[in-house]
Amino acid sequence: MRDSDDNTSPGRRQFLQCMAWAGAGTVWLMQGGVLRAQALTGQGAKEAADASFAFVQISDSHIGFHKAPNMDVASTLRASLAMVNAQKVRPEFLLHTGDLTHLSRPDEFDTLAGIMQEARVDKTFYVPGEHDVIGDNGAEFFRRFGEKQQAGGWYSFDHRGVHFVGLINVLNLKAGGLGSLGADQLAWLKKDLAPLSGSTPLVVFAHMPLWSLYPEWGWGTDDSAEAMSLLTRFGSVSVLNGHIHQIQQKVEGNITFYTARSTAYPQPAPGVGPAPGPMKEVPPEALHRYLGIREVRHVRGTQALALTDEVMS
Amino acid sequence: MKALRHAAVLSMLCLCCGVAMPAIAAKTTASAKAAGTQVEIRNFAFAPNTMTVAVGTRVVWTNRDEEPHVITSAGKQFASSPALDTTDTYAVTFSKPGTYAYYCSIHPMMVGTIIVQ
Repeated sequence: MRDSDDNTSPGRRQFLQCMAWAGAGTVWLMQGGVLRAQALTGQGAKEAADASFAFVQISDSHIGFHKAPNMDVASTLRASLAMVNAQKVRPEFLLHTGDLTHLSRPDEFDTLAGIMQEARVDKTFYVPGEHDVIGDNGAEFFRRFGEKQQAGGWYSFDHRGVHFVGLINVLNLKAGGLGSLGADQLAWLKKDLAPLSGSTPLVVFAHMPLWSLYPEWGWGTDDSAEAMSLLTRFGSVSVLNGHIHQIQQKVEGNITFYTARSTAYPQPAPGVGPAPGPMKEVPPEALHRYLGIREVRHVRGTQALALTDEVMS
Repeated sequence: MKALRHAAVLSMLCLCCGVAMPAIAAKTTASAKAAGTQVEIRNFAFAPNTMTVAVGTRVVWTNRDEEPHVITSAGKQFASSPALDTTDTYAVTFSKPGTYAYYCSIHPMMVGTIIVQ
């Protein structure tokens, strides 16, 4: 899938290093049924005035992680929520796309729940990451943060004409596989979408990428293609994920895929270095410098997949 | 980026060491109570990836990654570990011959096999 030259050119490497840092969050503006991403900054989104509404996605807060490059993930989450609160146009809700905690421990869930109360929003929707379901298949996560619509934890809701779907792809993972949705969830999704007209804007969110972003590192979902086939008849589909702690984007027909940054720590760009995991070499003073800064775009011309990277520089 | 390249080389060396380790560990088991045959978890991989041991061998996994991992039997042949944080260990004593496939339940692309003879 990848051009091996991508990771050997020094310019490319430097670029990837810059783009991979975690950050505050993403403001999503719904404009005429099309979702637009804005970097979350203290100044507020520039285009917010034209939007019909905004919500904010945060992801991968990893409460409980306390190593390089971030010894205090609670503070960086707090800083992100302060930026949410500083938005000129108040976000109508938050989406947390998983890995709330690092090890699924009750005290980590307690800390996360306490900090999230600092966000001045009416509602936060959550989906679990694989770090939130360790040892109990997510029982504690769903008890505290679940929408309790379906036994499997997945759910949907409508907001100002947009249909939102929260999917679970971090449970019942098979040896050697990637993320998994499963037959029950796919059957529910089909039923959930059936009554909707093709002109309904859709926002689908889950923790692990719902596209084969980099399967060598487990960055994908085994049965995502089946889910995506149910979405192709819709004119505007946005798929939001976390998990990889960096922004990656891909457009496929009417479906645009986005992955979010982490509020805790960055991970390397796909294939850079031996494995995923925290980029330990980012110095503490750089964490602050990389937070909440302006967005630029770069298009990779050599990729088979047309990716657009949003770089925070 | 030089640092990354060095890290990659280092980890390759470590993986090689990991492969060499179990034989040494097996020799020293008798004198060290907590010892067992070692599997290192490093860079989202088990080293050695496949290991053949004698019946009664105690296999000890040690997480050397910054990320947590969970040792899970693919066929529910032994109990899953709790979340192993950095430097945490998990041990299983294999008392019956067989092939035990396992994986990390939160990073399922990580797979390994213990062959007990």
